[in-house]
Amino acid sequence: MSEPQALLIENGRLIDPSQGIDRVARLLLSRGKVQAIDPSDEDLPNYYLCVDARNCIVAPGLVDLGTELREPGHEEDETIESGGAAAVAGGYTSVLCSANTDPPIDTPAGVELVRRIAASCGGPKVHVIACASNRRDGEQMAELGLLAEAGAIGFSDSPRPIHNSALLKRALDYCRMFNLPIFDRPVDPDLVEQGVAHDGMVALVLGLKGLPTEAEDLAVARDVRLAEATGGRLHVGPISTMGSVDLLRRVKQRGIKVSASVCPHNLWHSDEMLRSFDSRFKLHPPLRSIRHIESVLAAVADGTIDAIQSGHMPRAREKKMNDIDQAPFGASTLETTLAVVATRLVHTGMMDWTSAIVRLSCKPAAIAGLDVGTLSIGSPADVVVIDPDEVWTVDSESFLSQCRSTPHEGDQVKGRVVYTIVGGEIRFTRRPALEHIV
Amino acid sequence: MESQSHLANEELTFPELWTRRHLLDLESLSAIEINILLDTAQRLKAMTGGCRRKLSILSGKTLANLFFENSTRTRNSFSLAAKRLGADTVEFSSSGSSVSKGETFVDTAKTIQAMGVDWVVTRHSTPGTPHLLSRELECCVLNAGDGAHEHPTQGLLDMLTIREHRGRLDGLTVALVGDIAHSRTARSNMWGLRKLGAHVIVCGPATLVSPRWNELGFEVAHSLDEILPRCDVLNLLRIQFERQKARPFPSVHEYANRYGMNGKRMRRCKSDILIMAPGPINRGVEITPEVADGPHSVILEQVTNGIAVRMAALWLLAGPNKEL
Repeated sequence: MSEPQALLIENGRLIDPSQGIDRVARLLLSRGKVQAIDPSDEDLPNYYLCVDARNCIVAPGLVDLGTELREPGHEEDETIESGGAAAVAGGYTSVLCSANTDPPIDTPAGVELVRRIAASCGGPKVHVIACASNRRDGEQMAELGLLAEAGAIGFSDSPRPIHNSALLKRALDYCRMFNLPIFDRPVDPDLVEQGVAHDGMVALVLGLKGLPTEAEDLAVARDVRLAEATGGRLHVGPISTMGSVDLLRRVKQRGIKVSASVCPHNLWHSDEMLRSFDSRFKLHPPLRSIRHIESVLAAVADGTIDAIQSGHMPRAREKKMNDIDQAPFGASTLETTLAVVATRLVHTGMMDWTSAIVRLSCKPAAIAGLDVGTLSIGSPADVVVIDPDEVWTVDSESFLSQCRSTPHEGDQVKGRVVYTIVGGEIRFTRRPALEHIV
Repeated sequence: MESQSHLANEELTFPELWTRRHLLDLESLSAIEINILLDTAQRLKAMTGGCRRKLSILSGKTLANLFFENSTRTRNSFSLAAKRLGADTVEFSSSGSSVSKGETFVDTAKTIQAMGVDWVVTRHSTPGTPHLLSRELECCVLNAGDGAHEHPTQGLLDMLTIREHRGRLDGLTVALVGDIAHSRTARSNMWGLRKLGAHVIVCGPATLVSPRWNELGFEVAHSLDEILPRCDVLNLLRIQFERQKARPFPSVHEYANRYGMNGKRMRRCKSDILIMAPGPINRGVEITPEVADGPHSVILEQVTNGIAVRMAALWLLAGPNKEL
């Protein structure tokens, strides 16, 4: 293996919220680390690759709090390699993959397997959120200590909620020893029985079984209370309702440490899309009505919602081809998340790019306890270069993800990833980098 | 047969305003289109001597019944409608076909289409399945019930029955009583009736009648006794025990007591009230035998009119260039 080469990113607008930087600057990466900001020509090495980031944003690489990579066990949906390729195409340099695999990742060997495969794939850094309960049965705590030693960076029963309040409380308490977070997907399963769509006017008219907002609101309320009671680290997400937002806004004012995230699909389309009966719009959380979307958008803008996660839930075409009851929830979202955030929040003026980078990189990194989400000198050279003004149309046939189901098919979006650099290495690019030899 | 075909030529001219190739729901139809369906049904009913004689205006065509849920009356009614107009029929059901071997319903439908059918009539427990089929298939698709969504021919036959008795729908007050939440018949009736100017009341236990129907312009009621004197028509929906996991009311006894139509309640109704039920009926639950079999009941006329509206739908969907 040759020494990783140096990489100079020039002429870009460097945005690093962690250092309060937003200006045109050159960024030098070397030996997998951030070497210098605005190095002088004398400080440049003899040989380096040069990326011209004129009219582009240069920011810490994106961090995804919830990605399903489906391997092992569901390789028909996605593999660590294909999901990883999709992630870097979407600007992600780190992803937290959930244990929604078969078998579920509830042993140190399972964590090890995913980490090893990921390391050989040349995609993003992959971190494992292991099961909170054995086999995700929701009853007996998994071996959280051993899983932590094997490298798990948090625990969840995703896509299931941790329904058993006693289990959640025990897990939050127990995890204080490792200072690791519990990720709960807030849903009260008693209230969602076989639901497929937001329990609103559209579901009423179409006769679809409903997913009521109170199912989420109640779960968020319980989760927050247990986090307060135990002092454990808790992340709730994805959330999608006005009720969740109101509650989080209040408890954050009281200083309770809980973080929350939202999926990009809940920032755009409403449940009206279900009128097509197309399973592309069968998503988790469900597409909600306009007032919920507006409430969630405002909460992302004002920081009540800390992070935006892709909510990538890839499912094979033959599974999604089914009727709306039979088709599974989920869509391929890694490659569209940044563009959706830019289109819905930045270009509409609700949020600036700095805040967008905070929600997509800095905060998720902090929630996950990772040393990324920053471009401070010496930190990992995980960088994304974004063309903020490129207008493009979502076409799932061009996805690197195996899953071609997206709620954004045909949508026109603005903002696109140009380079994704992981550990100083270009892992994704739409433009060539130039060699520079002195 | 010859003379009957000739008769068809004289009396049936294809309505220019009809362009649809599928009958998926009544929500998306215009009042004009619904009137075309009802007028055509009435004419075809007359031309077939009350749906009893046979014409040959659709001979050479084939209807496929593709039912993923049990049905006797709707399936037979579609078959009879096709046969009365000279078409052939072929039957598929989920048990006994490849669906039970894991084939998706779209693949099953495409296979049937490849056998050269002109109409696929489908019933499925999931809302929207006919809409998906209409996008996948070349042939005409008719919805014979999709989950709790719609059952357009049931809505049409109910409307035809009311119109035959009253000569109009405009200005009438029609109450749909029972399990509105799970009823496709209710939804088709609601849209169809409202488009033709009727006032629609949805009445039943609060757990089965959402207050949100109000926002869409339907009157919501929870007491049958309160609305009885105002109604011109009562359509008594069956309680769909099979669609409910947890029972939304305390007991059948309490339901029958509050919403069952009986002789005592009949005496509080308008003298010319029409009693309808889409069937199959639960005697003693939503309706007592004396009401079901009484002089105001038009339940069996509804069944006959079912054939009439299905003949109309098949003929209209087949398009204008038929050998009339």
